[in-house]
Amino acid sequence: MANYYESSDLKKFGEVGTFAKEKMDKFWAYYNDVTGTDSALSKREKSLIALAVAFAKQCPYCIDAYTTACLENGSNPEQMHEALHIVSAMEAGITLVHGVQMQNVLRSKGAM
Amino acid sequence: MITDFSTKIENTKIDFSPKTIDTLQLNLTKMCNQACTHCHVDSSPRRREAMSRGLLERALALLEADTRVSTIDLTGGAPELHPDFKWFSSEVSRLRRRVIVRHNLTVTWDPHPLTGESMEYLPEFFREHRVEIVSSLPYYQEYFTDRQRGDGVFQKSIKSLQVLNQLGYGKLDTGLTLDLVYNPVGPFLPASQKSLENDYKRELKQKFDIEFSKLYAITNMPINRFAYQLKKLGSFEEYMEKLHGAFNLGAAESVMCRNMLSVGYDGRVFDCDFNQMLNMDFKKNEKPLTLFDIDFETFSKRKIQVANHCYGCTAGEGSSCGGSLI
Repeated sequence: MANYYESSDLKKFGEVGTFAKEKMDKFWAYYNDVTGTDSALSKREKSLIALAVAFAKQCPYCIDAYTTACLENGSNPEQMHEALHIVSAMEAGITLVHGVQMQNVLRSKGAM
Repeated sequence: MITDFSTKIENTKIDFSPKTIDTLQLNLTKMCNQACTHCHVDSSPRRREAMSRGLLERALALLEADTRVSTIDLTGGAPELHPDFKWFSSEVSRLRRRVIVRHNLTVTWDPHPLTGESMEYLPEFFREHRVEIVSSLPYYQEYFTDRQRGDGVFQKSIKSLQVLNQLGYGKLDTGLTLDLVYNPVGPFLPASQKSLENDYKRELKQKFDIEFSKLYAITNMPINRFAYQLKKLGSFEEYMEKLHGAFNLGAAESVMCRNMLSVGYDGRVFDCDFNQMLNMDFKKNEKPLTLFDIDFETFSKRKIQVANHCYGCTAGEGSSCGGSLI
Protein backbone atom coordinates (compact mmCIF):
# COMPACT_ATOMS: atom_id res chain seq x y z
CA MET A 1 0.00 0.00 0.00
CA ALA A 2 1.71 3.20 -1.22
CA ASN A 3 -0.18 5.55 1.08
CA TYR A 4 -2.62 4.94 3.91
CA TYR A 5 -4.67 8.02 2.93
CA GLU A 6 -5.70 8.70 -0.70
CA SER A 7 -8.21 11.48 -1.48
CA SER A 8 -9.86 9.21 -4.08
CA ASP A 9 -10.63 6.72 -1.28
CA LEU A 10 -13.33 9.07 0.05
CA LYS A 11 -15.56 8.05 -2.87
CA LYS A 12 -15.24 4.42 -1.73
CA PHE A 13 -16.78 5.12 1.68
CA GLY A 14 -20.05 3.52 0.57
CA GLU A 15 -18.24 0.24 -0.14
CA VAL A 16 -17.60 -0.18 3.57
CA GLY A 17 -21.17 -1.49 3.69
CA THR A 18 -20.37 -4.42 1.37
CA PHE A 19 -20.63 -7.07 4.08
CA ALA A 20 -22.91 -5.16 6.43
CA LYS A 21 -25.40 -3.38 4.23
CA GLU A 22 -28.24 -3.14 6.73
CA LYS A 23 -26.04 -1.64 9.42
CA MET A 24 -24.46 0.85 7.00
CA ASP A 25 -27.87 1.85 5.64
CA LYS A 26 -28.92 2.64 9.20
CA PHE A 27 -25.70 4.60 9.70
CA TRP A 28 -26.26 6.64 6.51
CA ALA A 29 -29.87 7.37 7.42
CA TYR A 30 -28.76 8.60 10.85
CA TYR A 31 -25.75 10.49 9.45
CA ASN A 32 -27.73 12.28 6.76
CA ASP A 33 -30.52 13.13 9.19
CA VAL A 34 -28.07 14.61 11.69
CA THR A 35 -25.74 16.48 9.34
CA GLY A 36 -27.75 17.16 6.19
CA THR A 37 -30.83 19.00 7.44
CA ASP A 38 -31.65 22.43 8.77
CA SER A 39 -33.13 21.85 12.23
CA ALA A 40 -32.36 23.45 15.62
CA LEU A 41 -28.94 24.10 14.11
CA SER A 42 -28.59 25.23 10.51
CA LYS A 43 -26.66 23.14 7.98
CA ARG A 44 -24.07 25.91 8.02
CA GLU A 45 -23.56 25.61 11.80
CA LYS A 46 -23.51 21.82 11.60
CA SER A 47 -20.84 21.91 8.87
CA LEU A 48 -18.62 24.19 10.98
CA ILE A 49 -18.99 21.85 13.97
CA ALA A 50 -18.19 18.85 11.75
CA LEU A 51 -15.10 20.65 10.39
CA ALA A 52 -13.96 21.34 13.95
CA VAL A 53 -14.41 17.66 14.84
CA ALA A 54 -12.46 16.72 11.69
CA PHE A 55 -9.52 18.84 12.92
CA ALA A 56 -9.73 17.40 16.42
CA LYS A 57 -9.82 13.82 15.10
CA GLN A 58 -7.30 14.76 12.38
CA CYS A 59 -9.30 13.01 9.67
CA PRO A 60 -8.11 14.12 6.19
CA TYR A 61 -11.24 12.73 4.53
CA CYS A 62 -13.48 14.78 6.80
CA ILE A 63 -11.34 17.93 6.46
CA ASP A 64 -11.67 17.64 2.66
CA ALA A 65 -15.41 16.93 2.74
CA TYR A 66 -16.34 19.53 5.35
CA THR A 67 -14.16 22.36 4.00
CA THR A 68 -16.24 22.00 0.82
CA ALA A 69 -19.47 21.57 2.78
CA CYS A 70 -18.74 24.74 4.77
CA LEU A 71 -18.27 26.72 1.53
CA GLU A 72 -21.41 25.21 0.00
CA ASN A 73 -23.41 26.12 3.10
CA GLY A 74 -22.28 29.73 3.04
CA SER A 75 -19.38 29.87 5.49
CA ASN A 76 -16.31 31.87 4.54
CA PRO A 77 -12.60 31.17 5.15
CA GLU A 78 -12.53 33.66 8.05
CA GLN A 79 -15.22 31.67 9.90
CA MET A 80 -13.56 28.35 9.06
CA HIS A 81 -10.23 29.58 10.45
CA GLU A 82 -12.02 30.63 13.64
CA ALA A 83 -13.32 27.07 13.94
CA LEU A 84 -9.73 25.83 13.54
CA HIS A 85 -8.54 28.14 16.34
CA ILE A 86 -11.38 27.03 18.63
CA VAL A 87 -10.15 23.44 18.23
CA SER A 88 -6.58 24.54 18.77
CA ALA A 89 -7.48 26.55 21.90
CA MET A 90 -9.61 23.69 23.24
CA GLU A 91 -6.78 21.19 22.69
CA ALA A 92 -4.38 23.50 24.56
CA GLY A 93 -6.91 24.06 27.33
CA ILE A 94 -7.58 20.34 27.66
CA THR A 95 -3.85 19.65 27.98
CA LEU A 96 -3.36 22.43 30.53
CA VAL A 97 -6.36 21.54 32.70
CA HIS A 98 -4.84 18.07 33.18
CA GLY A 99 -2.11 19.90 35.08
CA VAL A 100 -4.61 19.92 37.96
CA GLN A 101 -4.29 16.12 38.14
CA MET A 102 -0.51 16.42 38.18
CA GLN A 103 -0.74 18.97 40.99
CA ASN A 104 -3.12 16.71 42.95
CA VAL A 105 -0.47 13.96 42.79
CA LEU A 106 2.29 16.42 43.70
CA ARG A 107 0.25 17.50 46.75
CA SER A 108 -0.35 13.87 47.79
CA LYS A 109 3.43 13.32 47.70
CA GLY A 110 4.08 16.43 49.78
CA ALA A 111 5.90 17.97 46.82
CA MET A 112 3.59 20.93 46.45
CA MET B 1 -19.61 8.03 -14.62
CA ILE B 2 -21.77 10.87 -15.91
CA THR B 3 -25.01 10.17 -17.78
CA ASP B 4 -25.37 12.35 -20.89
CA PHE B 5 -27.70 15.23 -20.07
CA SER B 6 -29.97 14.37 -23.01
CA THR B 7 -30.31 10.77 -21.72
CA LYS B 8 -30.99 12.07 -18.22
CA ILE B 9 -33.82 14.23 -19.54
CA GLU B 10 -35.27 11.30 -21.50
CA ASN B 11 -35.05 9.00 -18.48
CA THR B 12 -36.70 11.47 -16.12
CA LYS B 13 -39.45 12.20 -18.71
CA ILE B 14 -39.63 15.87 -17.77
CA ASP B 15 -40.97 18.43 -20.19
CA PHE B 16 -37.94 20.25 -21.61
CA SER B 17 -39.71 22.09 -24.39
CA PRO B 18 -39.94 25.90 -24.63
CA LYS B 19 -42.92 27.45 -22.80
CA THR B 20 -42.69 30.88 -24.42
CA ILE B 21 -40.17 33.62 -25.07
CA ASP B 22 -40.66 36.31 -22.47
CA THR B 23 -37.01 37.38 -22.27
CA LEU B 24 -34.73 38.46 -25.08
CA GLN B 25 -31.11 38.41 -23.95
CA LEU B 26 -28.69 40.28 -26.18
CA ASN B 27 -24.93 39.98 -25.92
CA LEU B 28 -24.04 43.49 -27.06
CA THR B 29 -20.27 43.13 -26.92
CA LYS B 30 -17.51 40.88 -25.65
CA MET B 31 -15.52 43.92 -24.61
CA CYS B 32 -15.22 44.36 -20.84
CA ASN B 33 -13.13 46.54 -18.59
CA GLN B 34 -12.41 43.43 -16.47
CA ALA B 35 -11.06 39.91 -17.20
CA CYS B 36 -12.52 37.64 -14.48
CA THR B 37 -11.29 34.11 -13.81
CA HIS B 38 -14.79 32.58 -13.92
CA CYS B 39 -16.01 34.46 -17.05
CA HIS B 40 -17.74 32.05 -19.44
CA VAL B 41 -17.72 34.70 -22.18
CA ASP B 42 -13.92 35.11 -22.08
CA SER B 43 -14.46 38.85 -22.04
CA SER B 44 -11.63 41.33 -21.56
CA PRO B 45 -10.63 44.92 -22.47
CA ARG B 46 -9.00 43.54 -25.63
CA ARG B 47 -12.14 42.00 -27.12
CA ARG B 48 -13.72 44.06 -29.91
CA GLU B 49 -16.76 42.01 -31.02
CA ALA B 50 -19.94 44.11 -30.93
CA MET B 51 -23.51 43.83 -32.22
CA SER B 52 -24.23 45.88 -35.37
CA ARG B 53 -26.75 48.74 -35.49
CA GLY B 54 -28.71 46.69 -38.04
CA LEU B 55 -29.16 43.83 -35.57
CA LEU B 56 -30.29 46.21 -32.83
CA GLU B 57 -32.84 47.74 -35.22
CA ARG B 58 -34.03 44.21 -36.08
CA ALA B 59 -34.49 43.47 -32.37
CA LEU B 60 -36.58 46.63 -31.97
CA ALA B 61 -38.69 45.70 -35.00
CA LEU B 62 -39.37 42.24 -33.52
CA LEU B 63 -40.37 43.82 -30.21
CA GLU B 64 -42.76 46.18 -31.97
CA ALA B 65 -44.32 43.33 -33.94
CA ASP B 66 -44.79 40.87 -31.05
CA THR B 67 -45.58 41.80 -27.46
CA ARG B 68 -44.81 38.44 -25.83
CA VAL B 69 -41.27 39.54 -24.92
CA SER B 70 -41.59 41.68 -21.82
CA THR B 71 -37.93 41.81 -20.77
CA ILE B 72 -34.77 42.80 -22.61
CA ASP B 73 -31.68 41.55 -20.85
CA LEU B 74 -28.52 43.34 -21.97
CA THR B 75 -25.31 41.49 -21.35
CA GLY B 76 -21.72 41.25 -22.55
CA GLY B 77 -18.83 41.79 -21.77
CA ALA B 78 -19.85 45.07 -20.30
CA PRO B 79 -22.88 46.04 -22.41
CA GLU B 80 -22.44 49.71 -21.49
CA LEU B 81 -19.25 49.78 -23.60
CA HIS B 82 -21.27 49.22 -26.80
CA PRO B 83 -21.42 52.50 -28.81
CA ASP B 84 -25.23 52.17 -29.19
CA PHE B 85 -25.96 51.17 -25.60
CA LYS B 86 -27.61 54.47 -24.63
CA TRP B 87 -29.64 54.74 -27.83
CA PHE B 88 -30.81 51.12 -27.74
CA SER B 89 -31.82 51.01 -24.08
CA SER B 90 -33.71 54.31 -24.52
CA GLU B 91 -35.58 52.84 -27.51
CA VAL B 92 -36.48 49.68 -25.56
CA SER B 93 -37.76 51.82 -22.67
CA ARG B 94 -39.85 53.79 -25.19
CA LEU B 95 -41.45 50.48 -26.25
CA ARG B 96 -42.42 50.02 -22.57
CA ARG B 97 -40.37 46.90 -22.07
CA ARG B 98 -38.43 46.08 -18.93
CA VAL B 99 -34.70 46.69 -19.53
CA ILE B 100 -32.19 44.76 -17.44
CA VAL B 101 -28.51 45.55 -17.69
CA ARG B 102 -25.86 43.13 -16.45
CA HIS B 103 -23.75 45.89 -14.91
CA ASN B 104 -20.37 44.95 -13.43
CA LEU B 105 -20.24 48.04 -11.12
CA THR B 106 -16.62 48.89 -12.02
CA VAL B 107 -17.29 49.99 -15.60
CA THR B 108 -18.49 53.32 -14.20
CA TRP B 109 -15.02 54.14 -12.84
CA ASP B 110 -12.74 52.75 -15.57
CA PRO B 111 -12.22 54.68 -18.81
CA HIS B 112 -13.68 53.06 -21.95
CA PRO B 113 -11.01 50.53 -23.13
CA LEU B 114 -11.24 51.76 -26.73
CA THR B 115 -12.11 55.46 -26.57
CA GLY B 116 -10.87 56.43 -23.11
CA GLU B 117 -14.28 58.06 -22.50
CA SER B 118 -15.40 58.46 -18.87
CA MET B 119 -18.37 56.23 -18.02
CA GLU B 120 -19.33 58.11 -14.85
CA TYR B 121 -22.62 59.22 -16.41
CA LEU B 122 -23.98 55.65 -16.15
CA PRO B 123 -25.77 55.71 -12.76
CA GLU B 124 -27.77 58.84 -13.73
CA PHE B 125 -28.52 57.35 -17.16
CA PHE B 126 -29.83 54.15 -15.56
CA ARG B 127 -32.12 56.13 -13.27
CA GLU B 128 -33.41 58.37 -16.03
CA HIS B 129 -34.47 55.34 -18.10
CA ARG B 130 -35.45 53.23 -15.08
CA VAL B 131 -33.09 50.46 -16.17
CA GLU B 132 -33.03 47.47 -13.81
CA ILE B 133 -29.54 46.65 -12.63
CA VAL B 134 -28.16 43.16 -12.02
CA SER B 135 -24.61 43.27 -10.71
CA SER B 136 -22.11 40.59 -9.89
CA LEU B 137 -20.57 40.90 -6.44
CA PRO B 138 -18.99 37.50 -5.75
CA TYR B 139 -18.92 38.11 -2.00
CA TYR B 140 -19.59 40.73 0.65
CA GLN B 141 -15.92 40.65 1.64
CA GLU B 142 -12.96 41.91 -0.35
CA TYR B 143 -10.79 38.80 -0.63
CA PHE B 144 -13.25 36.53 -2.49
CA THR B 145 -14.36 39.34 -4.78
CA ASP B 146 -10.88 40.52 -5.77
CA ARG B 147 -9.63 36.95 -6.09
CA GLN B 148 -12.26 36.28 -8.74
CA ARG B 149 -12.56 39.66 -10.44
CA GLY B 150 -9.18 41.33 -9.94
CA ASP B 151 -7.47 43.65 -7.47
CA GLY B 152 -9.43 46.73 -6.51
CA VAL B 153 -12.75 45.48 -7.89
CA PHE B 154 -14.40 45.22 -4.48
CA GLN B 155 -13.67 48.84 -3.48
CA LYS B 156 -14.87 50.16 -6.85
CA SER B 157 -18.01 48.03 -6.58
CA ILE B 158 -18.77 49.38 -3.11
CA LYS B 159 -18.36 52.94 -4.40
CA SER B 160 -20.80 52.20 -7.25
CA LEU B 161 -23.36 50.61 -4.95
CA GLN B 162 -23.26 53.64 -2.66
CA VAL B 163 -23.80 56.00 -5.62
CA LEU B 164 -26.69 53.85 -6.89
CA ASN B 165 -28.24 53.85 -3.41
CA GLN B 166 -28.00 57.65 -3.30
CA LEU B 167 -30.01 57.74 -6.54
CA GLY B 168 -32.67 55.49 -5.00
CA TYR B 169 -31.56 52.14 -6.44
CA GLY B 170 -32.11 49.18 -4.11
CA LYS B 171 -34.29 51.30 -1.79
CA LEU B 172 -37.83 50.33 -0.91
CA ASP B 173 -40.67 52.10 -2.74
CA THR B 174 -38.50 53.72 -5.42
CA GLY B 175 -39.17 51.01 -8.02
CA LEU B 176 -35.46 51.15 -8.90
CA THR B 177 -34.25 47.56 -8.86
CA LEU B 178 -30.68 46.74 -7.87
CA ASP B 179 -30.06 42.98 -7.69
CA LEU B 180 -26.73 41.39 -6.82
CA VAL B 181 -25.26 38.12 -8.04
CA TYR B 182 -23.20 35.68 -6.00
CA ASN B 183 -21.20 32.95 -7.65
CA PRO B 184 -18.69 30.63 -5.95
CA VAL B 185 -15.02 31.51 -6.27
CA GLY B 186 -14.12 27.91 -7.21
CA PRO B 187 -15.42 24.40 -7.94
CA PHE B 188 -18.17 24.19 -5.36
CA LEU B 189 -21.92 24.76 -5.44
CA PRO B 190 -23.48 27.97 -4.12
CA ALA B 191 -25.08 27.97 -0.69
CA SER B 192 -28.82 28.51 -0.40
CA GLN B 193 -29.81 31.79 -2.07
CA LYS B 194 -31.96 32.90 0.87
CA SER B 195 -29.27 32.39 3.51
CA LEU B 196 -26.66 34.15 1.36
CA GLU B 197 -29.06 37.04 0.74
CA ASN B 198 -29.51 37.46 4.50
CA ASP B 199 -25.72 37.51 4.97
CA TYR B 200 -25.17 40.02 2.16
CA LYS B 201 -27.94 42.34 3.42
CA ARG B 202 -26.67 42.29 6.99
CA GLU B 203 -22.96 42.71 6.18
CA LEU B 204 -23.30 45.32 3.41
CA LYS B 205 -25.66 47.41 5.55
CA GLN B 206 -23.49 47.20 8.68
CA LYS B 207 -20.14 47.79 7.02
CA PHE B 208 -20.97 50.08 4.07
CA ASP B 209 -24.56 51.28 4.62
CA ILE B 210 -25.53 49.62 1.32
CA GLU B 211 -28.98 48.28 0.43
CA PHE B 212 -30.05 46.19 -2.54
CA SER B 213 -33.19 44.46 -3.82
CA LYS B 214 -32.48 40.71 -4.21
CA LEU B 215 -29.52 38.36 -4.35
CA TYR B 216 -29.18 35.75 -7.08
CA ALA B 217 -26.97 32.71 -6.39
CA ILE B 218 -25.53 31.35 -9.63
CA THR B 219 -23.57 28.15 -10.26
CA ASN B 220 -20.32 28.48 -12.21
CA MET B 221 -20.65 26.91 -15.66
CA PRO B 222 -17.94 24.39 -16.60
CA ILE B 223 -17.20 26.07 -19.94
CA ASN B 224 -14.58 28.40 -21.43
CA ARG B 225 -12.36 30.23 -18.92
CA PHE B 226 -13.78 28.49 -15.83
CA ALA B 227 -13.42 25.06 -17.52
CA TYR B 228 -9.81 25.90 -18.35
CA GLN B 229 -9.20 26.85 -14.73
CA LEU B 230 -10.79 23.58 -13.54
CA LYS B 231 -8.65 21.53 -15.93
CA LYS B 232 -5.52 23.36 -14.77
CA LEU B 233 -6.41 22.49 -11.16
CA GLY B 234 -7.23 18.88 -12.16
CA SER B 235 -10.77 19.43 -10.83
CA PHE B 236 -12.85 19.32 -14.04
CA GLU B 237 -14.10 15.73 -13.69
CA GLU B 238 -14.73 16.16 -9.97
CA TYR B 239 -16.77 19.31 -10.62
CA MET B 240 -18.80 17.62 -13.37
CA GLU B 241 -19.50 14.70 -11.02
CA LYS B 242 -20.63 17.16 -8.37
CA LEU B 243 -23.05 18.88 -10.77
CA HIS B 244 -24.28 15.52 -12.04
CA GLY B 245 -24.77 14.17 -8.51
CA ALA B 246 -26.74 17.28 -7.49
CA PHE B 247 -29.23 16.99 -10.41
CA ASN B 248 -32.58 18.31 -9.21
CA LEU B 249 -35.77 17.52 -11.08
CA GLY B 250 -37.56 20.64 -9.81
CA ALA B 251 -34.74 22.85 -11.05
CA ALA B 252 -34.62 21.02 -14.41
CA GLU B 253 -38.28 21.82 -15.07
CA SER B 254 -37.69 25.53 -14.44
CA VAL B 255 -34.56 26.15 -16.51
CA MET B 256 -34.33 29.57 -18.13
CA CYS B 257 -33.96 28.30 -21.72
CA ARG B 258 -37.67 27.39 -21.67
CA ASN B 259 -38.55 31.11 -21.52
CA MET B 260 -35.83 32.93 -23.35
CA LEU B 261 -33.99 33.64 -26.55
CA SER B 262 -30.30 34.49 -26.44
CA VAL B 263 -28.64 36.44 -29.25
CA GLY B 264 -24.89 36.65 -29.84
CA TYR B 265 -23.06 39.80 -30.91
CA ASP B 266 -23.11 38.43 -34.48
CA GLY B 267 -26.90 37.95 -34.44
CA ARG B 268 -26.91 34.16 -34.12
CA VAL B 269 -29.74 32.85 -31.95
CA PHE B 270 -29.37 30.35 -29.10
CA ASP B 271 -31.32 28.72 -26.27
CA CYS B 272 -29.22 30.48 -23.64
CA ASP B 273 -26.05 32.43 -23.00
CA PHE B 274 -24.06 29.25 -22.29
CA ASN B 275 -25.08 27.52 -25.52
CA GLN B 276 -24.09 30.75 -27.22
CA MET B 277 -20.58 30.54 -25.79
CA LEU B 278 -20.34 26.92 -26.98
CA ASN B 279 -21.54 27.90 -30.49
CA MET B 280 -24.58 25.60 -30.21
CA ASP B 281 -26.48 27.56 -32.83
CA PHE B 282 -29.45 26.60 -35.04
CA LYS B 283 -28.90 25.96 -38.72
CA LYS B 284 -31.01 26.00 -41.84
CA ASN B 285 -29.38 24.67 -45.01
CA GLU B 286 -26.13 24.55 -43.03
CA LYS B 287 -26.32 28.32 -42.44
CA PRO B 288 -26.65 29.60 -38.84
CA LEU B 289 -29.98 31.22 -38.03
CA THR B 290 -29.75 34.86 -36.96
CA LEU B 291 -32.21 37.36 -35.57
CA PHE B 292 -33.03 38.25 -39.19
CA ASP B 293 -34.22 34.68 -39.90
CA ILE B 294 -36.62 34.13 -37.03
CA ASP B 295 -39.69 35.44 -35.27
CA PHE B 296 -40.68 34.77 -31.65
CA GLU B 297 -43.63 32.54 -32.60
CA THR B 298 -41.64 30.02 -34.66
CA PHE B 299 -38.59 30.08 -32.41
CA SER B 300 -40.71 29.25 -29.36
CA LYS B 301 -41.52 25.91 -31.05
CA ARG B 302 -37.87 24.83 -31.42
CA LYS B 303 -36.23 21.84 -29.73
CA ILE B 304 -33.90 23.04 -26.98
CA GLN B 305 -30.32 21.87 -27.52
CA VAL B 306 -28.63 20.31 -24.50
CA ALA B 307 -25.16 19.06 -23.51
CA ASN B 308 -23.47 18.13 -20.24
CA HIS B 309 -22.82 21.75 -19.19
CA CYS B 310 -26.63 21.91 -18.67
CA TYR B 311 -26.04 20.08 -15.38
CA GLY B 312 -24.79 23.50 -14.18
CA CYS B 313 -28.37 24.84 -14.37
CA THR B 314 -30.02 21.80 -12.76
CA ALA B 315 -27.71 21.23 -9.77
CA GLY B 316 -28.96 21.80 -6.22
CA GLU B 317 -31.36 24.74 -6.05
CA GLY B 318 -30.78 25.24 -9.78
CA SER B 319 -29.19 28.20 -11.50
CA SER B 320 -30.19 30.79 -14.06
CA CYS B 321 -29.55 34.42 -14.97
CA GLY B 322 -32.26 35.10 -12.37
CA GLY B 323 -30.60 33.04 -9.64
CA SER B 324 -31.81 29.77 -8.12
CA LEU B 325 -34.83 28.04 -9.65
CA ILE B 326 -36.58 26.50 -6.65
